[in-house]
Amino acid sequence: MSKALLIDNVILKSRLFLGTAQYASPDILRQCIEAAQPGLITVSLRRESAAGKGQQFWDILKSFKIPVLPNTAGCFGVREAVTTAAMAREIFETNWIKLEVIADDYTLAPEPKGLLEAAEKLIAKGFKVFPYMTDDATLAQKLAGVGCDILMPWGAPIGTGRGLSNPDALKTLRKKFPDKLLFVDAGIGAPSHAAAAMELGYDAVLLNTAIAKAVDPVAMARAFTKSIEAGREAYLSGIIAPQETATASTPMIDRPFWHQK
Amino acid sequence: MNITINGQKKPASAPDIQGVLDAEGYKGKIVAVARNGEFVPRGEYANTNLQDGDELEIVAPMQGG
Repeated sequence: MSKALLIDNVILKSRLFLGTAQYASPDILRQCIEAAQPGLITVSLRRESAAGKGQQFWDILKSFKIPVLPNTAGCFGVREAVTTAAMAREIFETNWIKLEVIADDYTLAPEPKGLLEAAEKLIAKGFKVFPYMTDDATLAQKLAGVGCDILMPWGAPIGTGRGLSNPDALKTLRKKFPDKLLFVDAGIGAPSHAAAAMELGYDAVLLNTAIAKAVDPVAMARAFTKSIEAGREAYLSGIIAPQETATASTPMIDRPFWHQK
Repeated sequence: MNITINGQKKPASAPDIQGVLDAEGYKGKIVAVARNGEFVPRGEYANTNLQDGDELEIVAPMQGG
């Protein structure tokens, strides 16, 4: 059906990227990963105590053999983000980094200037940067200019579940950057939101809260998998253009009770 | 010599990063370290001597979105 998604010659088996936070238990997380079969799972780094609470979590994830994408969540500055990325590269043994440079903890909005500066520094150090960004085309242009092959605009602010706040801006990015990998990251609430992103031609959708906080997270994981596949197939199939006026779908010719006037 | 580990100030339990990790219970655990905001590669723990007032961040894999 659809061409495989390739990053650095790694084939990602699904266009659903799944966050690993906020699940009710490690077992629910494990079941959700099994149900969703995501192409990529996101992880983070936090201060470790001698008790070693991060070790068990990592053992669970490693068992799936799904590529991991570490993030720099919670970084408010360039230096913090660059150092966190370096620590993540050593621990997770990957050059991939979901780069978050956050403006403030109320909006959790990406901070464009810091994001750009950190992206440039990390690319120079050999990282594959997945920048969590706003949907601004000028910022996208600048990120592309410093060497980002991947752009990850938000659908809506993190954790809001509002879906695609500005589909027009997302469409513009798709048109302007036909050769970049574009992923919608953040703000997804319902499977229809993810499908809508895929119908716009986005290459994947990254989400977390919508599954982790659903009443039945495992069933929701399956629902998202289907919606993302449906959206992708729809995009590749050529969605009809909207029309101003009605057009009968049933042929009008030879209809019964017809009288010539 | 006092250092700060993950935000907690304490007397340094060893003169270098490797020694501190071993003494503080991180032996055999998957962690990464930053010293005063700069990443320290694993291979440099043993020969990175600590100084009074150094701040260490010791991190491990954690759930993330």
